[in-house]
Amino acid sequence: MSGTGEVDIPEVNYVSGSAVPIRGNDIDTDQIIPARFMKVVTFDGLGEFAFFDLRFDENDDPKDHPMNEERFQDASIMVVNNNFGCGSSREHAPQALMRWGIDAVIGEGFAEIFAGNCLALGIPTVTADSETIQDLQDWVDENPDGEIDVDVAAETVTYGGQTIDVTVDDAQRKALVEGVWDTTALMKSNAGEVRKKAQELPYVRDTAIPEAE
Amino acid sequence: MSEGTLYDKVWNRHKVTQLPTGQDQLFVGLHLIHEVTSPQAFGMLQERDLTVAYPELTHATVDHIVPTADQSRPYGDDAAERMMAELEENVRNAGIDFSDPTTGDQGIVHVIGPEQGITQPGKTIVCGDSHTSTHGAFGALAFGIGTSQIRDVLATGTIAMEKQKVRKIQVDGELGEGVEAKDIILEIIRRLGTEGGVGYVYEYAGEAIENLGMEGRMSICNMSIEGGARAGYVNPDETTYEWLEETDYFQENPEKFEELKPYWESIRSDETAAYDDVVHIDANELEPVVTWGTTPGQGIGISDPIPAPEELAEDKQDTARRAQEHMRVEPGDTMEGYEIDVAFLGSCTNARLPDLRRAAAIVEGQQVHDDVRAMVVPGSQRVQEAAKQEGLKDIFEEAGFEWRNAGCSMCLGMNEDQLEGDEACASSSNRNFVGRQGSKDGRTVLMNPRMVAAAAINGTVSDVRDLKEVNLA
Repeated sequence: MSGTGEVDIPEVNYVSGSAVPIRGNDIDTDQIIPARFMKVVTFDGLGEFAFFDLRFDENDDPKDHPMNEERFQDASIMVVNNNFGCGSSREHAPQALMRWGIDAVIGEGFAEIFAGNCLALGIPTVTADSETIQDLQDWVDENPDGEIDVDVAAETVTYGGQTIDVTVDDAQRKALVEGVWDTTALMKSNAGEVRKKAQELPYVRDTAIPEAE
Repeated sequence: MSEGTLYDKVWNRHKVTQLPTGQDQLFVGLHLIHEVTSPQAFGMLQERDLTVAYPELTHATVDHIVPTADQSRPYGDDAAERMMAELEENVRNAGIDFSDPTTGDQGIVHVIGPEQGITQPGKTIVCGDSHTSTHGAFGALAFGIGTSQIRDVLATGTIAMEKQKVRKIQVDGELGEGVEAKDIILEIIRRLGTEGGVGYVYEYAGEAIENLGMEGRMSICNMSIEGGARAGYVNPDETTYEWLEETDYFQENPEKFEELKPYWESIRSDETAAYDDVVHIDANELEPVVTWGTTPGQGIGISDPIPAPEELAEDKQDTARRAQEHMRVEPGDTMEGYEIDVAFLGSCTNARLPDLRRAAAIVEGQQVHDDVRAMVVPGSQRVQEAAKQEGLKDIFEEAGFEWRNAGCSMCLGMNEDQLEGDEACASSSNRNFVGRQGSKDGRTVLMNPRMVAAAAINGTVSDVRDLKEVNLA
């Protein structure tokens, strides 16, 4: 007999803080977290390996990278370009960013699996057009301590005295604002309907369907 | 909005309910798991006092970290051994079938599902691996998921998803000699972009797709994700059914074959189906495709010049510049003649029996170039055994290839098989990202398996069609 899986899921209405710009299209998850750091059975400690090969040379000495700069060390928002997080489905990528300190990502576009993995951690991935993103990255470069407010429900980002419209995917917005982004307990509460669906499918054998709890 | 496609039909058959977020809760017909992305999910289940809801619909293998040379236990790499031990414990506790290396059924997760017949048309299939799209070759709706979603599937047998648009990719015409499924998908990604498929599922159709065997269809569906599409599929047909009939599942349950066939037929896209987008590709125009850059979309025909960044769309220019610097290639040159240090024949894209057969026909009687280390990593223990029986192992070894055990190997460099320094690799895998093959300075050139064989022999990227006296049939 297992439990209901109920856990506390905070609502994510706003994310506020300073930001770090990570420039370039098509930044893949192998760059965000190289595979050799995935030989672990928990996500603990992955933060220090975020973007490792772009941040450190073969002797582990730091290279030029925004995440190595003192002025961006307190950043909680990452500003990226297009197709960010493409490639592998590894949740280790958003886990590493989250554990480095990132609570929201603003970008021109995200790979789907990456965005889904972020949502499963309560991290909004909000989008805007290319020019808007580049302006924001430039502003962050000039104002590393500048406060940025991401309003998930209103789909706006406020910085430097201006408020811009951004897009948050409908389902993502609802999930974050209503605090239902962790779907395990919610879906488990439908176990009866799930069993019924399984019985209707011709390829599912009766022995595969669990008894009602 | 699409209507009457396989995607719509399979989605509707598996929809449990709509969640408050607007997402649908979908029943999962097959959950494949492996050692890298599942341990944290089992950990979360334990923390929440949850158990695995549908163990019989779950199947495990070990592929990412498994050594391909010495597989004796404990593994030489402590971290790999720990991950394997954790998986063994998790599947034992949950009562999940495990194709471990002692069974003779182990292999890359996207090779063994189809081999065993658990990959079937009209199933929803998920796995914590982006190349799960491979299983779409059978007319399944198959996609990669993250670890928190693995937790959802383990605990509930379902997943929360938003429905996507469907783009039909109609590939008409016939492939020329030496041109393969891999070249079709590399061309699709080149044309539509690495992000072109975001928000879409790809339906591959047309004469050139229908003429492919299941392995070729798998190579194409496998790389859907490299084009941004989380899933891709081919409608099931006689080719699909012939494959299925030979698998363990239907050999053991022959009555199931006739019982399920009407369902498989019913989920095929209707003639009158509506698509959100349709793209046409002419197979006659294709030649072997190779990549010159560091995304799978940066491909060209073997005789085409490498594009100058400024010729590309504005949003591609910066990526192209960085890629050309990393790869040390010049616009205007072709990739032919690009020196390689390593030839890798393996991965969930191209390590099935026909892939090895075609490559062996090129290699037979030839010698791997002195400056190249070449390896064959079969996709599964069954592929390995069958290839050995057919004499392919001998052909590869006599030519100077290393013959390894099954696993993901140098596709992603999580075991000992890695590029060193700035080595260049002719690879039959799916990703040429910087650092992908284990060295951050390594250079990957993606190509079809026969092209890998040709590169291994010549020591340079070569047009397999120019090799004298080779067997392209």
